[in-house]
Amino acid sequence: MDWQALWLSVRLGLFTVVILVPIAVALSRWIAITPKRGRGLVEAAVTLPLVLPPTVVGFYLLVSLGAGSWIGETWRALFGGGLAFSFEGLLVASVIVNLPFAVQPSQRAFEAIAPELREAAASCGMSWWRAFARIELPLAWPGILTGAVLTFAHTLGEFGVVLMVGGNIPGETRTIAIAIYDRVQAFDDGAAARMSAILLTISLLTIAVTFALSRRIGRRS
Amino acid sequence: MTEDRVKGLSVALRQPGPIPLDVAFAVAPGELLALIGPSGSGKTTTLRAIAGHYRPVEGRISSGDTVWFDSMNHVNVPARRRRIGMVFQSYVLFPHLTAAGNVMAAMEDVPARQRRGEASALLARVHLAGLDDVRPAQLSGGQQQRVAVARALARRPDVLLLDEPFSAVDRPTRARLYVELAELRQTLSMPIILVTHDLDEAARLADTAAILSRGRIVASGPIEAVLPRTDLGDALDRDARSVLIHARVAAHDPSSGITTLAHPSGTFFHPLLDAAIGADVRLRIRARDVAIAVGDPGRLSIRNRLAATVTGIVEADPPMVEVHLDAAGDLLMASITTEAARALALHPGLPVTALIKSAAFDRVSLGPAEATDVRSVQR
Repeated sequence: MDWQALWLSVRLGLFTVVILVPIAVALSRWIAITPKRGRGLVEAAVTLPLVLPPTVVGFYLLVSLGAGSWIGETWRALFGGGLAFSFEGLLVASVIVNLPFAVQPSQRAFEAIAPELREAAASCGMSWWRAFARIELPLAWPGILTGAVLTFAHTLGEFGVVLMVGGNIPGETRTIAIAIYDRVQAFDDGAAARMSAILLTISLLTIAVTFALSRRIGRRS
Repeated sequence: MTEDRVKGLSVALRQPGPIPLDVAFAVAPGELLALIGPSGSGKTTTLRAIAGHYRPVEGRISSGDTVWFDSMNHVNVPARRRRIGMVFQSYVLFPHLTAAGNVMAAMEDVPARQRRGEASALLARVHLAGLDDVRPAQLSGGQQQRVAVARALARRPDVLLLDEPFSAVDRPTRARLYVELAELRQTLSMPIILVTHDLDEAARLADTAAILSRGRIVASGPIEAVLPRTDLGDALDRDARSVLIHARVAAHDPSSGITTLAHPSGTFFHPLLDAAIGADVRLRIRARDVAIAVGDPGRLSIRNRLAATVTGIVEADPPMVEVHLDAAGDLLMASITTEAARALALHPGLPVTALIKSAAFDRVSLGPAEATDVRSVQR
C-alpha cells in the first residue's frame, strides 16, 4: 500500500478543486447567460478534454509546459524549477483536463435559473454582486458542488495525462493511479488490489453524492 | 404605513420593432391605471420598459422629478436604481428564501436590524401573518401572490407595477385577492399600473384605463368612460361591452341573501355582499344583460328596475342594436334586437325602465366608503 501516492493524489485533487471551482463558476455562468451563437467556441473548447485521448492532451501539455516552451521557461525564471515532471505541472494539467467536469454541472445549474429571477433581484434593488451572491449562487450550488466532487474523483483516477506530464516520481508525481499500474507491473497484486479498492470506494461515494445533489437541483427548478 | 412621497409617473415610448410601440401616458399619485389589451399588444413590454428590464428604442420615462429613461439625453437608469415595486406574472419569488426572506430581499436600504420586523408587518398587511418562515414551494398560489405584493411594497416604491397578478390563481382565490388589493391600495399613494387582458379585473380595480392594440393606445381615460366605448374594434371583446355604475350599500338581509344597493335611478337587489353600509360598490353591467320595458313592466321576476331615458340607438351586429340609456346621469347600455326596438318604438327622449337580472351582476366591492373619497380627490 503506497500511502505517499494516495496522499499525493488527495492533495492534487484538493488543489485542483480549489483552483478550478472559481474558474468554473465564472466560466459556466458566462456560458449560461450568453446567447447560443456567441458561446459555441468557448463551450467546444471546454468540452474538448472530455473527448480527446488523455495521451494527446498530455502530449500537448508536455510540449507547452516543458523545457524550451515559453510557459516552462517563464516558470523556471520565476520559481527556479521546471514545470514538467513536477507537482505544479501536474496541477496545471489537472485543472485543464477537469474543466468539462467542473463546468458542465454548474452550467446546467445556472441555466436552470429563470432570467426573471435576475430581473426580480434587480427590481428588489440588489446590485449585480449582491444578486449573484444571494440569489444565483445559493440556487446553483448543488451544480457547483457536483462539479467539484466529480473533479476530485476524476483527479484521483487520472492516469494518461499524469504519466505524460508528470512521469512516475515518488512523492512528486506518482499518484495512486500510477502506483496501481506500478504495483501490477511488479506483480504485487495484493497492493494493487488494496489501492484499487480504495479508488472504487471513493468512486461509489462520488456517484452517491452526485446523484443526491442532482435530485436537489431537480426539486428546486 | 402610508407613503408620503407623492410623485406621478409619465411614460412615452416609441419604436418600430421588434415589438412595435407607440404609447404615451401619465399616472397620477394614487391612481390605478389598467393597461388592457390582448396578448402581443405590447402591454407587458411597456411595463418591462418602465421597470428597466427592457430598453426601448426611443422615449422618456420619469417619476416625479427623477428621469429613469431618456433616449434623447442618453439616460437609462438601471432597474436596481429605479424605485419600483414589481409583481411578476408568475410572481418569481426566490425559491430558496422564506416568505420573510423574500420580502427582506427588497430591503437593501433598510438597516439590517429593522428588516425582520418590517417584513413581518408587511406580510401581516397582506394577510400572511405567521407565515414568515415558510418557503414559496409550501405556499398556495394566492399566498405566493401576496408574498410577491409584500416584496414589491418592501422596496418602498415610487411606482407599483402589477403584471397580470391574478392570472396564475383559481377563480375563488382571485375574487378574494381582488377585494384585498382594492383594500390595500387605499393605503397606497404611489401610481399603480395593472397589466391585464381581463376587463372584469380592470372594472373592479382601476380608476383609469388605456386600451392597447398592436403597440398603440386606442382608448384611454376614466374606466367608466373607456368600458362602454364602441369604436375599439377587436381590442375589446364585443360581448364584453359594458358600463360601470356606482351604487351605495343600503341594507343587508342575510335571511334572503340579498344586499340592497341604492342608485338615484332605482334600487339594485344584489347577492349578499361583504361590505359596510354606505360603502361604494361598482357594478359592471354588460349590455347583453339589460332589457327594456316601455310603461309598467308588470309582474316580472326581474327586480332590478331603473328609471331611464333613451339617449340613442346604435347599430351593432345585426340583428342587434345597442340602446344607450341615461339612468340618473349614468350611462346604461342595452343590447336588444332591431325588431324589438322597432316594436317598442324606441326613440331618443323616451322614458323607459331598464331591467337587469341580479344573476348578471359582476360585483366589485371596493370596501369602505373612503374608497370613493380617495378616488375623487385624485380626479
